[in-house]
Amino acid sequence: MTVADIQFDEQGQLKHFLTIEGLKRDHILQILDTAQSFITLAKKEIKKAPLLRGKTVVNLFFESSTRTRTTFEIAAKRLSADVINLNPQHSATSKGETLLDTVNNLEAMHTDLFVVRHPNSGAANLIAKHVPPHVRIINAGDGRHAHPTQAMLDMFTIRAHKGDVKNLQVAIVGDILHSRVARSQIHALTTLGAAQVRVIAPKTLLPTEVERLGVHPYTNMHEGLRDADVVIMLRLQRERMNGAFVPSEQEFFNLYGLTADKLAYAKQDAIVMHPGPMNRGLEIDSSVADGPQSVILPQVTYGIAVRMAIMALIMGGKPVARKRRTSGSTRGSNGTTST
Amino acid sequence: MSLHIKNGHLIDPTNGIDGQCDLFIDDAGFVAASGQAPEDFTPTHSIDATAKVVCPGLIDLRVRTREPGLEHKATMASEVRAAVNAGITTLCCPPDTHPPIDTPAMAQMIQQRAWRYGLAFVHPLGALTRNLEGRTLTDMAALDEAGCVGFSNALHAINDTLVLRHAMEYAAGFDFTVFLHPEDPYLHGGGCVHEGEISTRLGLPGIPEAAETVAVGRDLALIEQTGVRAHFCQLSTARALSMVAAAQQSGLPVTVDVTAHHLHLSEHDVGIFDSQCHVRPPLRSQKDRDGLRQMIKDGVVTAVCSDHQPHEPDAKLAPFSLSEPGISGLETLLPLTLKLVDDNLLPLNQAIALLTQGPANILGIDAGHLSTGATADICIFDPDTDWEFTEADIHSRGHNTPFLGWRFRGKVTHTLVGGKLVFEEGKKPDLSQGHFY
Repeated sequence: MTVADIQFDEQGQLKHFLTIEGLKRDHILQILDTAQSFITLAKKEIKKAPLLRGKTVVNLFFESSTRTRTTFEIAAKRLSADVINLNPQHSATSKGETLLDTVNNLEAMHTDLFVVRHPNSGAANLIAKHVPPHVRIINAGDGRHAHPTQAMLDMFTIRAHKGDVKNLQVAIVGDILHSRVARSQIHALTTLGAAQVRVIAPKTLLPTEVERLGVHPYTNMHEGLRDADVVIMLRLQRERMNGAFVPSEQEFFNLYGLTADKLAYAKQDAIVMHPGPMNRGLEIDSSVADGPQSVILPQVTYGIAVRMAIMALIMGGKPVARKRRTSGSTRGSNGTTST
Repeated sequence: MSLHIKNGHLIDPTNGIDGQCDLFIDDAGFVAASGQAPEDFTPTHSIDATAKVVCPGLIDLRVRTREPGLEHKATMASEVRAAVNAGITTLCCPPDTHPPIDTPAMAQMIQQRAWRYGLAFVHPLGALTRNLEGRTLTDMAALDEAGCVGFSNALHAINDTLVLRHAMEYAAGFDFTVFLHPEDPYLHGGGCVHEGEISTRLGLPGIPEAAETVAVGRDLALIEQTGVRAHFCQLSTARALSMVAAAQQSGLPVTVDVTAHHLHLSEHDVGIFDSQCHVRPPLRSQKDRDGLRQMIKDGVVTAVCSDHQPHEPDAKLAPFSLSEPGISGLETLLPLTLKLVDDNLLPLNQAIALLTQGPANILGIDAGHLSTGATADICIFDPDTDWEFTEADIHSRGHNTPFLGWRFRGKVTHTLVGGKLVFEEGKKPDLSQGHFY
């Protein structure tokens, strides 16, 4: 079984959104184009579209999250769905219920879409394999495996600020080993034909055989950033400091923290991204995070539109016809208007 | 009942027999003769083994029957039945039962439960340290007296090298065999797959090759120091096997086995989180798999085992790293080993030796051969039956296997334990025959 067998239905339509791996360039562009149409919606006085009216969306977060959960909630509400937020680590699972039992119980309440975050890789795949055919799953982050909606909003951000992803040099910096965001970004960037994807980290934070993913590893920040068009910083979780991954915060910041000096090695018009939450003074200096090249806050804004697009597409909204760079003018072709 | 097994192709590696040869079993359940019937021998029964292979009953070096302690997964009754249906007449169970086999009473209880069913012979391994904690030695002499064929700490690593040294020294003094599962606990970390392309792609914590080689290096140094006879269980990396091969060449008394699944699967079979491929040690790279096969060919590896670990379905219905490791492997032990013959790696008689003579020598037991006077534990299989492995073929309580849907050549038709027919293809077991002790 390949991931495509789970992720697509018989007609080749996206059924669940679990990982970027296995998606074709057109799939990604379709989502980005659809998201573009929702950007205009957010600027209107009434920010709602009725695409998911009568549907129940469950945000099932086995791991804590602020940004991702909130943007999913807003996205679902703007599509007129009913939204329920659950943090099962505080309830059912602590009583010994298995993951699939938790999902089955919620499904028995006739829910339509689960947005799942789980600390273990493969959790969303497992759920998608075992839910009834009408239920849809969106992976909101599973272990170190994938965070595909984050990668999609990152691609949206790059496109919004740089035009086409093609021919760009992109550097991803920080804890690649433990990062589901990096894995999904790498798949998205290579699928969209980025000129070069580099990963920059000390060897302790680079996965074995990372080159197999089609990236170029660097341990030296200056070399890795040279002539980059896009610099993506990753969060370094402070608990990694307790292990033997990094000697100290100070040494990490000196070597890999993004400062104005280091950013100068990248292209002059390079953009700086971060999936959040940021550790200022650890992986990124405030002057850069708040500086003119930073697009960190727009990332969050775009996150809502991108998640709306993904929800709408997998819940049966007909895909937006691909047009050439028709930003802003596209809308759902299933007859719904953006009011 | 005395028995004449006719017209079969007899393979008995210990006695160098590989050709058409009849076999005669006396009414006490021992081999009376092979080739010509002894004088005055009139068999009451006969089995026509035309176009079939007749070989010693298979010996599986590592089978968890889950009894005592984990009866929701499987029981002694279910697993010894599954074993004989797969041609396995002797199995060895590691000491990591609940509670562990660290007292003579536990060792005896397991054998008594096995005897009650009268199907396969069950030999326990005693715990090397009390409660498998790696701190205090067990009463090894008493455990030996109670029937333990060797000593092991199973998958519980002994971190304290001084304790391991003493355990080895003590065992060496009584000529006991120590069974080692080399795995450095720190390098293993929380890993659940081989550290390589797949761990990187799936974002699963990896177990590096060094987790095995570091532990093998340490263990070899202590084996050399103490002179203990040692057996390495289910090595998974080509590099660790090379280390053992070099040690064997320098004269160290070390043997090694591999599992049937490590000979056929690699990390890539994990696919997208297939928990049926979650095993410990993990499925390694294709290079490792090829290395394991080469070491079998070179004679470094002298046994293939199933490392049978039956699970209830729920144990595998969890995110990969939370699923329980292990494959229910009794039913696929012979088919997967015969596949090595189809892959032109080995001649048939050497493949049979890996399941009979090889493991018998490692355990130091009088089994796995059909010399005159030997207990008549016999496996008869049709080497040409082409069949697909389905759930209906699984008699173990554990249906956790990645091999469903595989096509195999060679299927067991009869199994005899102590001269009694305990399995015949297509027939329901006659339970009244079970109690032959």
